[in-house]
Amino acid sequence: MVMRYTYLIQGSIPRVLDLWYWPTLQMVMWGFITTFLTQNSSFFAQAFGVLLGAVMLWDVMFRGQMGFALSFFEEIWSRNLGHLLVSPLRPREFIYALLTMSVLRTVFGIFPATLLAIWFFGYNVYGLGLMLVAFFVCLMMAGWSMGLLVSGMVLRWGMGAESLAWALIFGLAPLCAVYYPVASLPGWVQLISWSLPPSYVFEGMRAVMIEHVMRADLLITAFALNIVYLSAASWWFLNCLKGARREGRLLQVGE
Amino acid sequence: MNSTAVISVRGLTKRFGAVLAVDAIDFEVAAGSITALLGGNGAGKTTTIAMLLGLVEPDAGAMLVLGEELPKHFHRVLPRMNFESPYVDLPHRLTVLQNLKVYAGLYGLMRADERISELAADLELKEFLQRPTGSLSAGQKTRVSLAKALINAPELLLLDEPTASLDPDTADWVRSYLESYCAGRGATILLASHNMSEVERMCDVVLMMRTGRIVDQGAPAALIGRYGRSNLEEVFLDIARGTGKGAELAPDRAAQ
Repeated sequence: MVMRYTYLIQGSIPRVLDLWYWPTLQMVMWGFITTFLTQNSSFFAQAFGVLLGAVMLWDVMFRGQMGFALSFFEEIWSRNLGHLLVSPLRPREFIYALLTMSVLRTVFGIFPATLLAIWFFGYNVYGLGLMLVAFFVCLMMAGWSMGLLVSGMVLRWGMGAESLAWALIFGLAPLCAVYYPVASLPGWVQLISWSLPPSYVFEGMRAVMIEHVMRADLLITAFALNIVYLSAASWWFLNCLKGARREGRLLQVGE
Repeated sequence: MNSTAVISVRGLTKRFGAVLAVDAIDFEVAAGSITALLGGNGAGKTTTIAMLLGLVEPDAGAMLVLGEELPKHFHRVLPRMNFESPYVDLPHRLTVLQNLKVYAGLYGLMRADERISELAADLELKEFLQRPTGSLSAGQKTRVSLAKALINAPELLLLDEPTASLDPDTADWVRSYLESYCAGRGATILLASHNMSEVERMCDVVLMMRTGRIVDQGAPAALIGRYGRSNLEEVFLDIARGTGKGAELAPDRAAQ
């Protein structure tokens, strides 16, 4: 299955460009904003790169989700899902393939942007060291949960639910405290924010960059929450697939 | 249930909301035979095939395919069967070769390149193996879909209107190929169709479906004789409209 998606991307220049375009554009735009803020704010002057780091890490989660969901949507757009589901491919193997593609698409898409950030703005996200690996894993897991959720929705409600793939993750951004601390949110919103794994990652990132402290407690909580969300999302996806079989929707998955 | 039949179905039922798509059907398909599910639109042919493939979950009934109880043992049966339909595509942007390699991988073929070369020669695909599948004509796409359906040399092939939208020449070529595959490999074919001449020519047994039920079955010649008609199309019209002998015979046979 990974070979199938690789063939698709290899043979399509727009798909390759799409992988690079958004992470690079985001990085350049936020790079200039960060440069401006650094020169005009004592807070950002102390922690150059907080915004750029947040942008890049947010993109990890965004790409993680889209990498999963777009690979799944490709099967529906190409009306190939029926062939796949009558082959010996098991649903869990299908999910593993989509997860693998999500990692490959994310790494392939974001890596050039991280190099450009060093070149353009002198910001090296790899300076986060091993914490970067932990952040990456936690955010990918959160992206997978979202990918499973929206792919299940498409199985349940048809391609009309496709736009949710974009809408849901953008709706989550303000709650995940990507660019500001959770403490700056209203009290009741903080409760929601602390129930979301990415909030712990971004708090952890700020702790490293501003306070120079590695907060293992935040990462452990993020990881534990991710396990819960990922299990629930996997159940949801498999349940939607079962429901689609029960209600005959696999015969005409589409609008 | 007959354990020697390649397909043995008892009381298979599927309802979609208020519509009873398949109504407690029983049938068997003998090894090495070509059997047709024949009926008009909405008769339940595609739903029946989809249940045998695991794309649709039955509400009731028992299915025994290649000696395995379904849906419990689908993972044992799926590598031994395959499916083709003009209504399910292969990815258009992938080349023919890439598509066949992907499916060879999914079916776990050890000598994928060898099998693809064999199919490319048999189905005359060599000249467009490197072309994107979406750029092919309807006839070429059908041959590619057939190659995908035969990639694992299936013992059982399920086909949903295999020659729909093909010109008579290409359709004839496809029928001849399927007949030779079946005879050469001892494979079994169950196909859904409403092309009467195709069914009359290819099939050993015809299962006549109407409104989710099997209303009659038999060899094409036997059905034509029983209904006192000159061809299968006239038999089909008798059954579909409930006219002629169809009005007398089909309900009795359905009750059996």
